[in-house]
Amino acid sequence: MDDRPSAPLRRLPLHDLHMAQGARLVPFAGWEMPVQYEPGVMAEHLHTRSQASLFDVSHMGQILLRPRDGMAHLALALESLVPADILSLPEGRQRYALLLDDAGNIRDDIMVAHRGDHFLVVVNASMREADLAHLQDALGPQAEEAHARALLALQGPAAATALAALLPGVESMRFMDSRALPWQGADLWISRSGYTGEDGFEISVSAARAEALATALLAHPAVRPAGLGARDSLRLEAGLCLHGNDIDRTTSPVEAALSWSIGKARRTGGARAGGFPGADRVLRQLDLGPRRLRVGLRPEGRAPMRAGTALAGPSGHAGHVTSGTFGPTVQAPIAMGYVDATLAAPGTRLLGKIRGREHPVTVAPLPFVPPSFHR
Amino acid sequence: MKFTEDHEWLRAEDDNLVTVGITEHAAKELGDIVFVELPEIEAMVAHGDEVVVIESVKAASDILAPLDGEIVEVNAKLTENPGLVNQDPLGAGWFFRIRVDDIAVLDDFMDEDEYQDHIA
Repeated sequence: MDDRPSAPLRRLPLHDLHMAQGARLVPFAGWEMPVQYEPGVMAEHLHTRSQASLFDVSHMGQILLRPRDGMAHLALALESLVPADILSLPEGRQRYALLLDDAGNIRDDIMVAHRGDHFLVVVNASMREADLAHLQDALGPQAEEAHARALLALQGPAAATALAALLPGVESMRFMDSRALPWQGADLWISRSGYTGEDGFEISVSAARAEALATALLAHPAVRPAGLGARDSLRLEAGLCLHGNDIDRTTSPVEAALSWSIGKARRTGGARAGGFPGADRVLRQLDLGPRRLRVGLRPEGRAPMRAGTALAGPSGHAGHVTSGTFGPTVQAPIAMGYVDATLAAPGTRLLGKIRGREHPVTVAPLPFVPPSFHR
Repeated sequence: MKFTEDHEWLRAEDDNLVTVGITEHAAKELGDIVFVELPEIEAMVAHGDEVVVIESVKAASDILAPLDGEIVEVNAKLTENPGLVNQDPLGAGWFFRIRVDDIAVLDDFMDEDEYQDHIA
């Protein structure tokens, strides 16, 4: 979060378009962001799952890593910061990675795309400056922010059809493919990815051409704008972590149930075992199991169980909720949180206090809504 | 119908009863309501007490008792169908009925024109 309360909020390149679309704006990580449009969070969420929604995620940082001594050398240097396997990332592919601190806890979660002669790294809005400084500490001037670019996410089952209407050929991209395509003179950096659990694309476009692209996408009958509110309920149903809530400097990749993002080559016995910040602790947790684990939670009844709710098990304190809402697709309250590893099995019954009263809550498998990625 | 600064509406009924709900403006601001916690029947409440909790997809909000009195009836339909508050805030989305000592207390609240000025 932005800790400078008096700092003026930054405006998105598409600010005027959002206003014209009837957006309600809220401050988020130092930016004035659309939280919802006229139809509201529920309708925008359901539209994303049935058709397609356009999200403006230009508040996220886009950092370019340009190699001084070749891509392999740069990949190895980046591996000194993350436990993901970057060296094996093929050209035209993107991978989820975690920037760790020296204790092996999570500084940020990022996307790394191999774009031939450089990497594109997308980072969380609240971490833009910190991540750039952190990358420059390790990589020097090879890391620089991609200036004046917007980032749009087109998400939902109709996303491929809608984008292919402007860019024939994108429908052949697979989940986590990354490609550069020209559109009316603009250089688009496209990946088939997103953060809703739906098939979709994230499109980086110059700020100057962002409004033309967004307007063209919104002209498709299946596409409507959606805000941060729907993005949050969609990602929670998809079991995806919100940086600052579900993952932060107190949680390790293993505790966060993100071990899948630790490359085989980076694990004990692997070709490049360790060599990332906090590797000893993280690899020990991988071998021995963590003491606590991020899990899905299904509160009984209809009342949402919000972040911060303390959870109790048979012998007292069991953990706490880190994200909680009402899932519009699930049509029930859903949450995620950290619980003692002995209480992390799906079906385990716990108690969470809502407004002073104990409510039963059951550990549930994640995600709550199965993903429909185009693999 | 009378209105409070907290965007509740108050409708006088027979027998010193007042029906309480929230305005269209408030329902829209709150967004999609997914859960409503209603007060206990026969509870004695005082002006300013938290009597109803509303959860939208985004956050929880409290509805405060606009009057001193006894809760005599609640809209149990909201438990199963909280979306009624968004669909019909001035009708089927009412929250509770409260019995007051003197119905004249309603005179202190805004009428519709005053409320429209208040939210303008």
